[in-house]
Amino acid sequence: MRPLTEEETKAMFEKLSKYIGENIKLLVDRPDGTYCFRLHHDRVYYMSEKILKLATNFSRDKLISVGTCFGKFTKTKKFRLHITALDFLAPYAKFKVWVKPGAEQSFLYGNHVLKSGLGRITENTMQYQGVVVYSMADVPLGFGVAAKTTQECRRVDPLTIVVFHQADVGEFIRNEDTLT
Amino acid sequence: MAACSVEELLAKAEQEEAEKLKTISVQKELDLDFDVGNLLACDKNRIESKDFKEQNKEDFLRSLARDNTQLLINEIWKVPTERVEEAIVAKLPEPTTRLPREKPPPKPKPPTKWEQFAKLKGIQKKKKTNLVWDETRVAKNEFNRLKNVARSQKIKTPGVGLLPRAKQSKDELSKAVSVAKTSTASVGRFQDRLPKEKPPKNAGKRRKFEPLIGDFSSEKHKQLELLKVMDSKRPKLDITKAVNKQMREEDREEAASRKKGGKGGAARRPKGKGAKGKGGKAGGGKRRGKPGKR
Repeated sequence: MRPLTEEETKAMFEKLSKYIGENIKLLVDRPDGTYCFRLHHDRVYYMSEKILKLATNFSRDKLISVGTCFGKFTKTKKFRLHITALDFLAPYAKFKVWVKPGAEQSFLYGNHVLKSGLGRITENTMQYQGVVVYSMADVPLGFGVAAKTTQECRRVDPLTIVVFHQADVGEFIRNEDTLT
Repeated sequence: MAACSVEELLAKAEQEEAEKLKTISVQKELDLDFDVGNLLACDKNRIESKDFKEQNKEDFLRSLARDNTQLLINEIWKVPTERVEEAIVAKLPEPTTRLPREKPPPKPKPPTKWEQFAKLKGIQKKKKTNLVWDETRVAKNEFNRLKNVARSQKIKTPGVGLLPRAKQSKDELSKAVSVAKTSTASVGRFQDRLPKEKPPKNAGKRRKFEPLIGDFSSEKHKQLELLKVMDSKRPKLDITKAVNKQMREEDREEAASRKKGGKGGAARRPKGKGAKGKGGKAGGGKRRGKPGKR
């Protein structure tokens, strides 16, 4: 386990800011305790300093996971956000998409969101903007990338993709082994 | 009376004893051939045909069989015995009779594809000895042994990177090239490279990371600084949005001016103002803090 270098922190913040914008400073600087990011086996974990101090008691090969895993760095040093970060993205999300009950299951199985399944979308969403997907009952389901701007969403026909799927809570069952 | 009966008894006992012995011992002209391992007894004695014809045939055969079996049992008793779970068991020796084949002999197998090919080409099977005297290997072993010794005893050794060998591998040659290149006064900075030569991958030293539990406040500070820099670098004005907004404004104005001819001015003005107001507010909101196009 080690702290992230400048480049790694930058890459991660870039990725996070696509979904939560400038609210990242609320993650970095929290009023209820000191929280930090640490890198372990190419995965980034977010934890309180208490947990960090406890985790130092484990050897590297025996330590599986600490705190919450936000994502991992791929072999080419790109940062990939995992579904496990949803709990921290959802409350600070800038652009949200609500999905109709019928299309919820489709999204949870890993499919993209079509116009027919779109319930609501935040105004002024840009194309390829990172969005957090909610069900109509305001339950966060995952996150993705907006395929069309809000304006375009109004005009397109019902079978076009409006949100590209990136991660959903169904992955907790589908990709159990790779989530740590 | 008693004496008589005692004598009688004794005589009877003797007779019985004799009879018993008679049953165990068997007299034969020729001794039998025994193969105790196979529980086999071969009787080579001649059978008189008149004996056969005189007596009852069955009785003759039975008595003959009984005698031979008795002899075989006697032989078995001669073999060492042991006790196994309250039963006396004889340890039979190896069988001496050679028995014929149970199944027919195996047919010759047809040669495999390889065997056919080898026969065709005249390839013989050559056995390679895997122990070959290799001077370079011996030298390398010796070198490693000395290095281990030096390491265990913590003796300082001069830095030696490359061993001169007869056949150098690609890695060794590239390492030799890189070492030669960096052995200049300016540590290889001004050395020319061949046209297709790639720069070395791990040029620097091992990376050094921050300590795991460093100063949390300084870490936080650094991250916030980084965020501030990132924010400042991001364009505040979204070009496409501004352009789109401008285009929409122009379209609206054009539409408004086209309708001027048909409708009255008063009905239009609040509409125009409202539209402009909305555009202005939205424009300001847009410009304020929205993330730029990525």
